[in-house]
Amino acid sequence: MKTIAIIDYGMGNLHSVSKAVEHVAPNTRALVTSDPEQIRGADKVILPGVGAIRDCMAEIRRLKVDELVREVSVDRPLLGICVGMQALMSRSEENGWVDCINLFPAEVRFFGNNLKEGPTRLKVPHMGWNEVHQVKDHPVWHDIPDAERFYFVHSYYADADNNPDMAGRTHYGVDLAAAVARDNIFAVQFHPEKSHRAGLQLLKNFSQWSGA
Amino acid sequence: MALAKRIIPCLDVDKGRVVKGVNFVDIRDAGDPVEVARKYNEQGADEITFLDITASHESRDTTYETVERMASEVFIPLTVGGGVRTVDDIRKLLNAGADKVGINTAAVFNPGFVQEAAGRFGSQCIVVAIDAKRVSAAGEAPRWEIFTHGGRKPTGLDAVAWAMKMTEMGAGELLLTSMDRDGTKIGFDNGLTRAVSDAVPVPVIASGGVGELQHLVDGITRGGADAVLAASIFHFGQFTIPEAKAFMKAQGIEVRD
Repeated sequence: MKTIAIIDYGMGNLHSVSKAVEHVAPNTRALVTSDPEQIRGADKVILPGVGAIRDCMAEIRRLKVDELVREVSVDRPLLGICVGMQALMSRSEENGWVDCINLFPAEVRFFGNNLKEGPTRLKVPHMGWNEVHQVKDHPVWHDIPDAERFYFVHSYYADADNNPDMAGRTHYGVDLAAAVARDNIFAVQFHPEKSHRAGLQLLKNFSQWSGA
Repeated sequence: MALAKRIIPCLDVDKGRVVKGVNFVDIRDAGDPVEVARKYNEQGADEITFLDITASHESRDTTYETVERMASEVFIPLTVGGGVRTVDDIRKLLNAGADKVGINTAAVFNPGFVQEAAGRFGSQCIVVAIDAKRVSAAGEAPRWEIFTHGGRKPTGLDAVAWAMKMTEMGAGELLLTSMDRDGTKIGFDNGLTRAVSDAVPVPVIASGGVGELQHLVDGITRGGADAVLAASIFHFGQFTIPEAKAFMKAQGIEVRD
């Protein structure tokens, strides 16, 4: 039986992620864990996350999750979700600029208090179902139509400009990186575990992806 | 194309069962909330709101169990509210599988609770529920006040000022219910929704009064809501979620297909 380790560093509800993985990949064990040996022993790894980046990065560093993520992503697939994706970027404007794991060069920025689409003021957080345009072919997009909607909830976003790793783009006042991909890592700003059929398909694809 | 407006069916849950009935089969017992939520999920609901209307000490364990079962089968966002008073209540609901937690009366008696909760769990999962009633007389500038205890107790708090304060405290979303319209089926109080939605930076869910599909449209176009919540029009089988979405789409509102 294959194992997917869902890294538990104390930030947020991991129940949904593990249940969704078990739902789409019945022959896979979803293991919510902070134990480095269990994470090293897994076939695939998911880095989730909600909450403020300063708290997330503090826990990630304290538990040496940053080193683990670098290590395991060398030879197996890794999926970052929401703040788990933001943590893989270089740094985040949240909490007065916080250094992140820096596996991707992009910066994470605040939507701002005056986000607009033409004359219309936009609410922040960006909360709800938005379209994701696939800008890169990837096995994790298999059987998911272009411009499919996924569920987002976030106030900070990874820059889409000059982002060579961007795999999916979404527009909300600004263009943002909804997904990035390089080598064994695929990371998404939205919540696949809460995105109904499209999200479950993405998790299924990830569970079947053997990596780059 | 942009962010879709959300349609949120609301389940009122009493001791682990949905009340209000589906198709009038049994008014007091409309069945297992997980079954009902699964049906709405299949129909394409954008979220589910689960209100524990008993919220007594004894019923809490049933609620955690039900939320856990729901979160194992329904893969869309789930908000749970009713009787949330402590950080520990929130932690238990999130651990059971809720994505967002609704805080209502507790915020009125202790606004710092919202700040504490948002600081601990992040604004993205803190929904403040606001129950408001129009208190201005006909001809006066409209004014709404916060009420507690199912609309029976006035608090003296101005609804718009309160909504602004709650977002400053860290609410990531507001669930705004017009106590005047709740259960009337004559439509949302769009004046209230517009006043609050224009005043706050966060998304606002309009609630209370939906009796026909045009009301959902009005809540968005006239009220400026980011999401619309309804219970009886869906529970009683009057309309399905796809019918509601098709109607909204035909009037130019962006929805998730």
